[in-house]
Amino acid sequence: MPGTRAGFDLDLPWQLHPQVSVRPERFGALLYHFGTRRLSFLKSPALLTVVSSLGDSPSARAACRDAGVTEAELPTYATALGALAASQMIRAREAL
Amino acid sequence: MTVPALVEQFQYGLDAPICLTWELTYACNLSCVHCLSSSGRRDPRELSTAECKAVIDELERMQVFYVNIGGGEPTVRPDFWELVDYATAHHVGVKFSTNGIKIIPDRARQLAGSDYVDVQISLDGATAEVNDAVRGPGSYATALRAMENLAAAGFRGFKISVVITRQNMGQLDEFKAIADRFGAQLRLTRLRPSGRGADVWDELHPTAAQQRQLYDWLAARGEQVLTGDSFFHLAAYGDPLPGLNLCGAGRVVCLIDPVGDVYACPFAIHDSFLAGNVRGPGGFATVWRESELFTDLRRPQTGGACQSCSAYDSCRGGCMAAKFFTGLPLDGPDPECVKGHGEHALAAMGSTAAPRPSGDHSHRTQPVPVTISRRPPESACNESPLAGFRPGG
Ligand code: SF4
Ligand code: SF4
Repeated sequence: MPGTRAGFDLDLPWQLHPQVSVRPERFGALLYHFGTRRLSFLKSPALLTVVSSLGDSPSARAACRDAGVTEAELPTYATALGALAASQMIRAREAL
Repeated sequence: MTVPALVEQFQYGLDAPICLTWELTYACNLSCVHCLSSSGRRDPRELSTAECKAVIDELERMQVFYVNIGGGEPTVRPDFWELVDYATAHHVGVKFSTNGIKIIPDRARQLAGSDYVDVQISLDGATAEVNDAVRGPGSYATALRAMENLAAAGFRGFKISVVITRQNMGQLDEFKAIADRFGAQLRLTRLRPSGRGADVWDELHPTAAQQRQLYDWLAARGEQVLTGDSFFHLAAYGDPLPGLNLCGAGRVVCLIDPVGDVYACPFAIHDSFLAGNVRGPGGFATVWRESELFTDLRRPQTGGACQSCSAYDSCRGGCMAAKFFTGLPLDGPDPECVKGHGEHALAAMGSTAAPRPSGDHSHRTQPVPVTISRRPPESACNESPLAGFRPGG
């Protein structure tokens, strides 16, 4: 599967899974997937900005850059996005 | 890992619950001996269809992801399916607990077609003998028929919810086999001395040895078996079980009862935990955000007598409701503390009266079972919306 924790492909176009509902919170956001009935969270408002813009960005890397994520921070974001992909909260747009 | 930081966030409460339990009616066709809400008879002040819809509108605005609907037996409300449809149309997911009475083949097919509805069938024994002793004659057959109907309709992964008791603890593997047979998911929850459960808790709650057995069984199965996070007091045996291990009462969860009263937790139906009513001027949101009780529950708590315990970080003194209804101090150990402190505290207390639940809706005609009376909760503990929570990311 694309985007397991080990290797999240930042250069692919991604999107929020259509069955996922996002609720902004002080610490970032809560995510609930109606298909898997799983809850997850985004631990920072910046990550929320990235996730919300995935669907309109040519790649995850672009979404991160537009949200002001620095080169040094990128691996952390890739890990976080990888975890979200592994739990089907986000998915590669080709998978449509 | 930033998980501890997140637990802190949850401890201090959220602007809206992640999910909540909503008991639509106190009416029930059964009279389970351990019913957490002492259900049986309908309360004439029950919220009307229009009032229920207004609550759903509010939950939608607050972005509550889903509601755990229970009762009583929620499906006996004539507007039940209408309300389920209304909730899902308004982006509020529904998980409802039922004894299975209305899950006929046609209904099962409809349910199988919705991504936004989950069904939880209550079963408290893997055999009719053990189940019917607590849930009443014929209830095992009713539950199994509902499961067959759901499975036949292609509903995968519905939940079979079991309240663990001294009497059914020996049937863990059989419960798992039943769930596997129907392509369902097993969910085990903890018996609390709430509602009629207070009357039978002494006879029904697992022994210390059984608690250990349960912990090992659950630990070996990881996320295959759901627990509603309800056994976090067992974390003191070793590694925490999956979940967030936090009493969410008034912080991330709560209960709306059939008449609109809002309590901190479905297992805490008592005036001491009553925060307000959805019929009040500010509706549910105001109760959730501003009630004195919930504000208080979100303050940092002291561990009291538990503070020095090595297991405090994961056990946190256990379940507030279990302590309250056994008469123990809220800042001390759980009555089922795996280190034995609860037992000692209970013994020291002697027979001093523990608080009684605030409402009793039991069928008046129901003969009180005296011989080895056994009662497990009708709807399972929904306290923890964080069940299955994945601290990833
Ligand atoms: S059941 Fe107990 S531990 Fe769970 S939320 Fe309610 S009071 Fe807290
Ligand atoms: S002493 Fe308190 S924290 Fe320690 S195991 Fe017992 S209930 Fe849990």
